[in-house]
Amino acid sequence: MGATAEHTNAHGHDNHGHAHHHEESFISKYIFSQDHKMISKQFLITAIFMGIVAVMLSIFFRLQLGWPGESFGILNFFLGDKWAPNGVLNGNAYLAMVTIHGTIMVFFVLTGGLSGTFANLLIPLQIGARDMASGFLNMLSYWFFLTSSVIMIASLFVEGGAASGGWTIYPPLSALPQAMPGSGMGMTLWLISMVLFVASSLLGGLNYIVTIVNLRTKGMKMTRLPLTMWALLVTAILGVLSFPVLVSAVVLLLMDRGFGTAFYLSDIFIEGQALDVTGGSPILYQHLFWFLGHPEVYIVLLPALGISSEIISTNSRKPIFGYKAMVGSILAIGFLSFIVWGHHMYVTGMNPFIGSVFVFTTLLIAIPSAVKAFNYLTTLWQGNIRFTPGMLFSIGLVSTFVTGGLTGIILADSALDVNVHDTYFVVAHFHIVMGMSAIFGMLGGVYHWFPKMFGRMMNTKLGYAHFWLTLISGYGVFFPMHFVGLAGSPRRYYSYSEFEFLDWVQDLNPVISTFAIIGACAQLLFLFNFFHSIWYGQVATQNPWGSNTLEWTTPIEAIHGNWPGAIPEVHRWAYDYSNPEHDVDFVPQNVPLKEGEHAH
Amino acid sequence: MKLLILLVGVLGIIAIAQLTKVYELTRSMRKTREEEITPSDNKLQANLMLVWMFLFFIGVIFLYGRYGDYLPESASEHGVAVDNLMAINIWMITIVFFAVNFLLFYFSWKFQYKKERKARFFAHDNRLEMLWTLIPGVTMAFIIVYGLITWNNMTGPASADAIQIEVYSKQFGWIVRYPGDNKTFGSYTYNLIDPSTNPLGMVTRENIENKIEEIDAEIEKIEAAIEANHALPLWPESYLESQEEKVYRLQRQKQRILDLNETVNPTSGLSEWEAGADDKIVNTEMHIPVGKEVEFIFRSQDVIHSAYMPHFRSQMNTVPGVPTRFKMTPTITTEEMREKTGNDEFNYILLCNKVCGVSHYNMKINVIVESESDYMAWLEKQKTYVAPEATEETSSSNTDTVTETEAPAETTVVASN
Repeated sequence: MGATAEHTNAHGHDNHGHAHHHEESFISKYIFSQDHKMISKQFLITAIFMGIVAVMLSIFFRLQLGWPGESFGILNFFLGDKWAPNGVLNGNAYLAMVTIHGTIMVFFVLTGGLSGTFANLLIPLQIGARDMASGFLNMLSYWFFLTSSVIMIASLFVEGGAASGGWTIYPPLSALPQAMPGSGMGMTLWLISMVLFVASSLLGGLNYIVTIVNLRTKGMKMTRLPLTMWALLVTAILGVLSFPVLVSAVVLLLMDRGFGTAFYLSDIFIEGQALDVTGGSPILYQHLFWFLGHPEVYIVLLPALGISSEIISTNSRKPIFGYKAMVGSILAIGFLSFIVWGHHMYVTGMNPFIGSVFVFTTLLIAIPSAVKAFNYLTTLWQGNIRFTPGMLFSIGLVSTFVTGGLTGIILADSALDVNVHDTYFVVAHFHIVMGMSAIFGMLGGVYHWFPKMFGRMMNTKLGYAHFWLTLISGYGVFFPMHFVGLAGSPRRYYSYSEFEFLDWVQDLNPVISTFAIIGACAQLLFLFNFFHSIWYGQVATQNPWGSNTLEWTTPIEAIHGNWPGAIPEVHRWAYDYSNPEHDVDFVPQNVPLKEGEHAH
Repeated sequence: MKLLILLVGVLGIIAIAQLTKVYELTRSMRKTREEEITPSDNKLQANLMLVWMFLFFIGVIFLYGRYGDYLPESASEHGVAVDNLMAINIWMITIVFFAVNFLLFYFSWKFQYKKERKARFFAHDNRLEMLWTLIPGVTMAFIIVYGLITWNNMTGPASADAIQIEVYSKQFGWIVRYPGDNKTFGSYTYNLIDPSTNPLGMVTRENIENKIEEIDAEIEKIEAAIEANHALPLWPESYLESQEEKVYRLQRQKQRILDLNETVNPTSGLSEWEAGADDKIVNTEMHIPVGKEVEFIFRSQDVIHSAYMPHFRSQMNTVPGVPTRFKMTPTITTEEMREKTGNDEFNYILLCNKVCGVSHYNMKINVIVESESDYMAWLEKQKTYVAPEATEETSSSNTDTVTETEAPAETTVVASN
């Protein structure tokens, strides 16, 4: 360890000297930057843009679901006469909106955006490194991400419309252009975009792992890593192990679409033709997809949990309760996430015995999740809580993590899943536990680390308003969906007017849509606050939240190489808040132990 | 309209900008900093935590009260067990939901910042960790065991006297096939499908002959056109290629049909090419008898669909190329359910629950549960696949089947479309 740290220091000094000697050009500083802090901003701003698109798409289809068949000028304004003739979204456009909303949110905002932003920003700063292990790969990671984002957005503009088979794009629907217009060019672009996205994710992930393992500063033992680092490390490992499987699934699908293979296709008769395909299995795709798809849920969630651990501890002025248990539960969740994918497939005709195994492994995840939830509560207990906007979002995250996680118990139970599979109950579940929690983690992280990113503060009052409106409208949208789903409403339906037995829950749909619109408008507060504060926010102080982690020991004005002098040495864990052995209520990690002080 | 939307957007942003400016001016006058949360702000946020908690809980209780009876009582045997399991699960998660959310928001309020207080340095406690590892562990063990018992009962093999019904899905509709008096389904292949005359691709010698004839005619037609094009090339290269490909595809299809083997069903001893003659194919509604176990066999023509029957707590995907199964025993007839729900129009329904294309939202078929005698009477009235006069063992009851021997290809198939 000592040797590694020395080496890092020596290397770091070179970087630092180098940075002083010449001004970087606009292009190498802002565009093809290899500096982790700039790359993190690039990820964040791209993700915000993608998020705006995804939220707008959701408003479009919520208008249709809330008031089916009614004419909305705004739909015609944005989508034109082809997709929204007379202001009414058409069926194919509806499915395309749903699909691209899901794809962008899951992959581009909550995977690329969340990990890309905070892994890049925080890993070198919190472990005490000058930069990522490879700045070049890091840059490539962003440019792959941007290219894949551009292709995904472009797919919205092709003739047949964007991919429309749902974000899971199950073949044969996604494999056969005859099956729906969205399975034409739009689907090809979707698949290409996804291959590039995975490349970005792998380059980033490998870099994060290597950096955390090798470039920690002197004294930064693994057991002293802040929880954000643990969460991002496990996230990166999950990504590196599972994303390649998605690529294989996607490549096989591309082969089936364009090269006459039949990996996923068998015995299909469509549009008056018996296709020349036998022997494939559509279920194979689902196995491959969910082998990524389930770890993906934790790729989205774990960084948010890491971020909230950090924020809650800092703002409760208390150490995070049960640091080791928190690390253990992150590892346990990470491991278990690889052996639960079958719970998405209970009704595919899979052998019921295999279903039983997946019931068992899936419900085990409830245990580390419960440990995390109770540890959060105990961290708040007898704290001295300061409600910064970041803290509010982190508390909101604990609420949504628990509320959404609990319904997972029902979905994990195969006998129960049969009746709620693919209904709005599922939509409610994963939007609360994964969507809201991860978004709350991301927004909380932005409020918390904004001063580190831009050297200025975001407006607190707007942050408060943003939080409460988001929390209320988020629950307002997704909580009623549980009941819509339990009543038997399938998801991805264009309209529910065709089923008499669902009529009695239809009064919920306008309510849900109204909350969705309020929630979307509330994000304008954030957008304004974010962009306004970049230029006009109050200039930050070095350690505005009184935090212990190393990133707050760097100067306010970000520099290449992070620390102007030597990298600080670490002497203690990251959670010495209100330590009775000290007079101040926080003791940063680089403060040496006092005589006779007991290190945690 | 467009202008109005833009105007509202612009005005909204200006309003936020003005508010922010006012706020920033007052802040700079008071010389406070963003990160210094004033005691009054902090108190307000803490109080809002409590206000929110009450509103949230009231909203949730209202939803439980109004929409908690999510479906009428289960109309199938296993569904009752599923509902019991569901009730226990919902009770449990509801208790945990209220407890944890209460503690979260209450702690947030209770332990809000006080200048004179210092947070308690409480970093770990193994007994507590053990406690909240064990409690969820034990609870999960209970749920897993109870859940798996229910699951095993649901998914075990169907009993020998279960009624088999085949449910076939396609964009965008359902076709139901009953095995007829010989209780054996005739075999099928997708190569013989003809949307109007043979939607299920039933294999009979006649269907094979007709299909081969049809394919040969088509190949001949295309080849003639290709020949003509050779003499006088008018087609673009890509079109010529597509035509040649089509011939190749048809030849492969023909070969697959010629490769079919006539097999004998081991249980009934019937040829599977002949066993289908008395199959009954219906696409208007599905009838099932009450109190008898029904084993559904699901097949799909084009993409994955899902046969979802919420009132029976039943669902199974239909997968092209991979038949799937689900068994259940209906316990309440449609008539009885109409009385229970007080709705004379009530009908059980089978709907598609896996996105399958543009009309996914309207892919359904009614399910009628009736007494066994009514069911038998209804089944008796349905036409057999091959009209009985054309087969050896003619049954006398079928009076509505018309057979004209001179045009067999069109009239022997009675499935209505």
